Amino acid sequence: MATLTINGTSVSIPQGALLLRAVEEAGITLPTLCHHDALAPYGACRLCLVMIIAPYRALVASCTYPVEEGLVVQTHAPEAVQARRLTLEALMSRCPRSDVISKMAEREGVTASRFGMPSSGNADELCVLCGLCVRVCRDLIGAAAIEFIGRGSERRVGAPFNMHSDACIGCGACAEVCPTGAIRMEDRGNQRILQAWNTCITLSACPECGRFFAPEPTRFLKDMFPEIKACWNVCPECRRQKTSRQWLNAGQKTD
Amino acid sequence: MPLIAQPSHPPAGAVLARLHEIHAAKGYLPEADLRATANDLAIPLSQLYSAAAFYSAFSFQPRGSHTVQGCLGTACYIRGGDRLLEKIGTSLGVKPGETTPDGLFTIETVHCFGSCSMSPVIRVDEETYGRLRVDRVARILKKFTEGTLGEHSIEEQEK
Amino acid sequence: MTIRSHADLKNLREDGISLLRPERPRICVGMATCGLVAGAGAVFEAIREAGKTYGMDIVLVSTGCIGCCQQEPVVDVYMPGLGRVLYARMTSEDGQKLITALSVSEFPGEHALAVIPEAGSVAPKGMGILSRLPLISELPFYAKQHKIILRNSGLINPESIGEYAAVGGYQGLSRALWGLSPREVIDEITRSGLRGLGGGGFPTGKKWEVCSRAAGTARYIICNADEGNPGAYMDRTILESDPYAVIEGMTIGGYAIGASQGYVYVRNEYPLAIKRIRHAIEQSEALGLLGEDILGSGFSFSIDVVRGAGAFVCGEETALIASMEGGLGEPRARPPYPAIKGLWGQPTIINNVKTLASVSAIVAQGADWYAGIGTDGNAETVVFSLVGKIANTGLVEAPLGLTLNEMIHEIGGGGLDGRRVKAVQTGGPAGGCIPADLFHLPIDYSSLSQAASIMRSGGMVVMDEETCMVDVARYFLSFTIEESCGKCTPCREGARHMVEILTRIIEGKAGPGDLAMLEEVALWVKGASLCGLGQTAPNPVLSTLRYFRDEYDAHVNEKRCPSGVCRALIRLAIVPERCTGCGLCLRECPVGAVSGEKKQPHSIDAALCTRCRTCYEICPEGAVEIVR
Repeated sequence: MATLTINGTSVSIPQGALLLRAVEEAGITLPTLCHHDALAPYGACRLCLVMIIAPYRALVASCTYPVEEGLVVQTHAPEAVQARRLTLEALMSRCPRSDVISKMAEREGVTASRFGMPSSGNADELCVLCGLCVRVCRDLIGAAAIEFIGRGSERRVGAPFNMHSDACIGCGACAEVCPTGAIRMEDRGNQRILQAWNTCITLSACPECGRFFAPEPTRFLKDMFPEIKACWNVCPECRRQKTSRQWLNAGQKTD
Repeated sequence: MPLIAQPSHPPAGAVLARLHEIHAAKGYLPEADLRATANDLAIPLSQLYSAAAFYSAFSFQPRGSHTVQGCLGTACYIRGGDRLLEKIGTSLGVKPGETTPDGLFTIETVHCFGSCSMSPVIRVDEETYGRLRVDRVARILKKFTEGTLGEHSIEEQEK
Repeated sequence: MTIRSHADLKNLREDGISLLRPERPRICVGMATCGLVAGAGAVFEAIREAGKTYGMDIVLVSTGCIGCCQQEPVVDVYMPGLGRVLYARMTSEDGQKLITALSVSEFPGEHALAVIPEAGSVAPKGMGILSRLPLISELPFYAKQHKIILRNSGLINPESIGEYAAVGGYQGLSRALWGLSPREVIDEITRSGLRGLGGGGFPTGKKWEVCSRAAGTARYIICNADEGNPGAYMDRTILESDPYAVIEGMTIGGYAIGASQGYVYVRNEYPLAIKRIRHAIEQSEALGLLGEDILGSGFSFSIDVVRGAGAFVCGEETALIASMEGGLGEPRARPPYPAIKGLWGQPTIINNVKTLASVSAIVAQGADWYAGIGTDGNAETVVFSLVGKIANTGLVEAPLGLTLNEMIHEIGGGGLDGRRVKAVQTGGPAGGCIPADLFHLPIDYSSLSQAASIMRSGGMVVMDEETCMVDVARYFLSFTIEESCGKCTPCREGARHMVEILTRIIEGKAGPGDLAMLEEVALWVKGASLCGLGQTAPNPVLSTLRYFRDEYDAHVNEKRCPSGVCRALIRLAIVPERCTGCGLCLRECPVGAVSGEKKQPHSIDAALCTRCRTCYEICPEGAVEIVR
């Protein structure tokens, strides 16, 4: 365990844990975009910056910085606050129509951006390039359907060649983790549409009720997880009905 | 551990080497070659495409028969490299990143060939030309349109 | 032949000596990239042909960079019994004349630059023209230099492993593999005081020690040859001129840390360097100096070359690793540092070319020898590529402590065309601009970092009174925009906003709050960015704001560019009394803004003129005026 001081409060954290966890233990909530407990830290958004004031001075991203015994940290030192505010001004300029960003900015005392907008040239931009979608798809799901494309201010997330992705399994994890709602997943009939990736996935139909319920590409799951083999064959509603009938029957028999 | 298992990775540098190979053979990176390579190396297509899109050495579009690269490194810039590029652009009627309509030249900017003592410098295909002035650009380009190899010795420069 | 014993090494060395100091004339033509660009290829061919015509038995060698790039093509001529002379600015015709003279045992006088004294010669200057020439050490360009890193550059044939052995090559590796433990090698490097010469300045021995102790199932050593700093070409020169030194250094490093695999990551824009290092690897493998069971010691080590693809950010350690792992070259958070968790998550050493080139000499000659060079605490030499608006461009290696004045006015010969030197830019896009009134400062880590510049990669770009420092700041930020990987918000967004502000300033459209905003954004990007690229990108802005505030003020308050560069703020006009009507500007104007009859004064149409100053640069009469 390492003991460190966050804004005057002493916290004890296991060695190898990251500074952001210590900050949370001390009861402080910092704004974050690219952080997710289920994913390896990335350090891209730079919102979680804190100032280490002893035994050395350094402005560090708490989501990627390992804890050390004896660190003295100020989460709201002027340098950290200033860095956070300018980062938010820059993000507001990039995504002027994002409510998530403007609310986050307001909480940090930023009501307007002095930078010209929209900095990306697209007033409807919602993507903040946090990389959560890329990382969940690649590192957690393993489908690796999308990646960062291009460099610098040309950087964006997309499927190869900006075309329909054969690797996408339609799981929706990307839409789930996106902090700004830039990724939408929509089911229309037997098609699951992920507009952001120009991708349309065909959904399987339930043999009992005919509803479309699972993306075809996830079929491989029933081979990977034998326990769900039976589940695959009907939709969740029919499965629920089937299971309750089985319980009812079983109950009647024992009566 | 990801849900879908990943095969082990290709050796360090292998992806870059393959991209260079394709580019050298075809002059750009065709989609079909990239798809085949991803398969071959057992890496996600998204990873390969992302790598290909990141580096300025690679192009997804066919290039002209000759690539003219103007250097905009610090020493070249200080000694008028931007003027050379402008001259090349107006002579050929295209901007950096573009190819002439006749498919002869593609213009690019590079940030340093490391020939800084010879600044300002341009490169046409494999030949590097240094100690240049704007009035020598036309002569160099002419040698390519006329099909004679560029001569860049001191005696040529001083003519 | 596989080298397995002292005797084998001695044979290799002696073969090399017979090439290096033959009983016949030895003519070396500088054929590194700069030499080739200057036309050395044609000179080499002319000498070869003439040699055949005269039936002369000569050793004709293409060597690497001799250093005085301004004087390229350079030819080094050794005549046994007569002496050795360095010739400069040679053409193929001069090459023929050289052979004609040598065929009657004479050194021609034309283009002779200096005498290179041979060790042990009684009359170093020799007879005839030799007695009238300065010694190479007396030339202002070379007088204060001290070559360690560039010790073999230009002297040996970079494709001859024998010549490398002849100048002491493999003494270090054999001492290490036959007589020292890996720990002892690390101690030797630590005691020498060797620091990372890529600019980081981190003690090399300490880094190797950390890596050797870190947990892992494999270890790697990588040579960072992605020298992306525009204006710097020292690493290119070493790879093209002394590739075996790098290989030997890497092999010693591999042995020290316990790695069996090394990589050289060379940037794509260096094709000759890639070719030469590959060739050197093949040669080394053929002689058992690389590969399985090196020198019969039981230590096996291989090196692969990885070719970059045009991304400056890949010079950053973690981005380089990401690039090698097959993805895009984006940096990762540090800690953990690569020495602990690097390539494939294993302990990895990444060293710069110059650092590795120094290792073999240190292990051969001992830590005390290296520690004894230079002034206290600064036990080393530094290599600079001196370029830009300077009379003598070239590669300079000097002990730390040399002043900027000495570098620019003595070694460099002062400003190009006699113009006043205004500033010197060091450290590439990560560095800053040092004004002329600070040129008394010595070149060392502490002085330069106080002056807000970095001793990094040693590119030294000289700027004169016709360079606009605000334009320079914008130039560097545009570079950042092109090369930023885009991962982190401050660098990606901040660089662009800084360029927007600088563009307003340059176009005379700046508002009163712009300079304050520029500084605020610069400090934000510097403090909040993920990697070294973003953290140092604002340095050119911050240092020019600090030292050249008056130029910024003139642009903002008076809409004036004092240096006469910024296109929106100048006007070009031809002075009729000076114009001879030669028509050169008319021909070369990229937009056809010049008109006039032959032999009549020409004029510029202000409506068409883009103020690129091409006419100003090329007018032989100086008849074009910049109106500020």
